[in-house]
Amino acid sequence: MDSHNLEEQFQHKIDQEIKIEPKDWMPDAYRKTNIRQISQHAHSEVVGMLPEGNWVSRAPSLKRKVILIAKIQDEGGHGLYLYAAAETLGQSREQMINDLHSGKAKYSSIFNYPALTWADMGAIGWLVDGAAIMNQVMLTRTSYGPYARAMVRICKEESFHQRQGFESLLVLSKGSEGQRVLCQDAINRWWWPALMMFGPRDHESTNSDMSMKWRIKRKTNDELRQQFVDMIAEQIKVLGMTLPDPALRWNAIRNHYDFGEINWNEFWQVVKGNGPCNKERLEARKKAWGQGAWVREAAQAYANKKNTRTKAA
Amino acid sequence: MQQALLDYTLYLSDNSLILGQRNAAWCGHGPVLEQDIAITNITLDLIGQSRILYQYAAQLKGGDATEDSLAFLRSEREYKNCLLVERPNGDWAQTILRQFLFSCFQRELYTQLTKEKDSTLAAIATKALREVSYHYRWSREWVLRLGDGTAESHTRLASALENLWPYTGELFKGADYELALGLDPAMLYTNWLSAVQSTLKEATLSLASFASCFMQTGGKTGIHTEELGFILTDLQYMQRTYPGCDW
Repeated sequence: MDSHNLEEQFQHKIDQEIKIEPKDWMPDAYRKTNIRQISQHAHSEVVGMLPEGNWVSRAPSLKRKVILIAKIQDEGGHGLYLYAAAETLGQSREQMINDLHSGKAKYSSIFNYPALTWADMGAIGWLVDGAAIMNQVMLTRTSYGPYARAMVRICKEESFHQRQGFESLLVLSKGSEGQRVLCQDAINRWWWPALMMFGPRDHESTNSDMSMKWRIKRKTNDELRQQFVDMIAEQIKVLGMTLPDPALRWNAIRNHYDFGEINWNEFWQVVKGNGPCNKERLEARKKAWGQGAWVREAAQAYANKKNTRTKAA
Repeated sequence: MQQALLDYTLYLSDNSLILGQRNAAWCGHGPVLEQDIAITNITLDLIGQSRILYQYAAQLKGGDATEDSLAFLRSEREYKNCLLVERPNGDWAQTILRQFLFSCFQRELYTQLTKEKDSTLAAIATKALREVSYHYRWSREWVLRLGDGTAESHTRLASALENLWPYTGELFKGADYELALGLDPAMLYTNWLSAVQSTLKEATLSLASFASCFMQTGGKTGIHTEELGFILTDLQYMQRTYPGCDW
């Protein structure tokens, strides 16, 4: 069959909502886009462990400490499923990690912002995980089977994290004056970066068109961002806090909240590596990987010896 | 007697909390993702154990004591954890060996406690023992991998053994509160040593040079190493900065 027919059949499957599986024929660009997106997602989970990991030793109660550790552990687990899903497309985990370390592969820019106070743990859960879920719920229906299935499990855990984050802020909002200040300050610092998580505006997004056609994505960046603003603008009322956007108001004609302009210069600067923590995050990952080399080598050497002994016996 | 039971319960919970606090520093920084998750799992178990034990201690102490007031608001000299658990993480070899030596001890200790006449401690020990058996297996496998892996991993594990061995004697030296409860840890020594020895032997390491090793003591009665102050500074930061808040 010539490649034109293969491509037609492929698109036909997509249009019929039949999942693409690892052994199916797929266009090179589809494979590459999925590897790029899934590995970027995996890296985001792993790098995302760092800002929260930074607060484990200082969590204010044992209950919060346990919740935080369990959440970070879930993120490590998400990283694992996602690396495994990307491996089904023929890219090794080692290669993906090397690409992260060399700067070739990206991870979500949100993790280049610092987690400065305990309230940031709540704000990350509520706003960052909340924004991620918008995207991830859509991805449970993405066209590549292993990715869609990984996302189903991830979404369940993420929505739990978001509720935990909100609950943690709710406690602060009902607490002492000092706690309320922590809460509002964290919301002020994380709101705009959370909105940036949806990526550039639709007309500036380079990867969107094909991704929509191949149903890797099903909603545009701007649609998802609006959906997020509409959700958070309601939830903030429960906290009795405010969002740092004077332009935020309900628009009865559009049936959506209007909101102000994102600082796109900041967005692109962070993407380019000039965010407050880009260097630290990447260094921390490289350091962990580099210092773990002798451990991985030892495990391999031991496994080899054990195999040889079993064969000899 | 009530004081001895309280002190003993705090000893058990402090051990779990401080080792959990130490291990937690690996979260996000492990040598490979699967092991990052594994040690974080152990951390969760340990802090979980400390919570149930502090809750029991709070009940024994009465008044307005809570798991958090006991975990966060005591001073350096009031913590009763053994010195072993506050030793620095060092490299993966030192963290693994510390976990192995401690889990091996905890396994013997909790096995004994399941038969304890205080039914709360017996129930906590029964629950924790399932977790501890896993910690023991996991850390034992890593001791074997590192000891019998590469020349470098062998050297690193041998050096961890040198660093940590002097802190093992204290585990078996009964503090007043242990002896008052008739829980002399010396009884656990033979089983512990035989498990440690056989594992180290399989890992191609020997204890021969430690026969007359001088043992450090003090943690169980509140005389710690300089490390503990730093651990508590992190641990207690929020509770000290924002006193009297709910979280």
